[in-house]
Amino acid sequence: MKEYSAEVFFLFVLIAITLLIGVYLYRVLRGPTVYDRVLGLNGISIKAIILLVVIGTIYERVEMFVDIATGYALVNLVGSLAIAKYLEERGKSADASE
Amino acid sequence: MPLNEILELTQSLISAGLILVGLFFLLVGAVGVLRLPDVYTRSHAVSLTDSLGTFFLLGGLALYQGFSVNLAKILIVLVLLYLLNPVIAHATVRAAHRSGLKPWSREDR
Repeated sequence: MKEYSAEVFFLFVLIAITLLIGVYLYRVLRGPTVYDRVLGLNGISIKAIILLVVIGTIYERVEMFVDIATGYALVNLVGSLAIAKYLEERGKSADASE
Repeated sequence: MPLNEILELTQSLISAGLILVGLFFLLVGAVGVLRLPDVYTRSHAVSLTDSLGTFFLLGGLALYQGFSVNLAKILIVLVLLYLLNPVIAHATVRAAHRSGLKPWSREDR
């Protein structure tokens, strides 16, 4: 009985976070500036990390899924910093050429 | 035996409460990213609430695991996200500011 209710609760958490990803996806697709899109993508990847840990809890294989989540967090850091650095340099050169 | 079961039930209830609090903060952040008018205000909403919501949610999941190596691993992910999330938000907003994006003001509504 306890195992069953725990699984239902974690499935509820999974569905709720997936709906929140939909909200962020709206901002990524709609965002007026490119910085809004970067912000939305960062939010989506944070929620994907949480989703990985919750899926690991449901399958009772947390030790494997948490390693994947750690790697994904580091890849997200490098990618977001590279995109932010690129946008910063591009914005500065665009100002200088005017 | 009953004391053992009571302790287990208390642990499950506290972890469920922490997870629900974390979901609430993530929901607040999603409302902010949907409703606010500007990249600066949106970043303000998203970075703060995402950090705190992730803290509570992963804390609840770690508590659900009990005292084991899984708890340490989830805590590593928690600390990593708690450190990296403000860094990424700062880099994005700094790029927006340095490339000359004007903050939203009441006049240009």
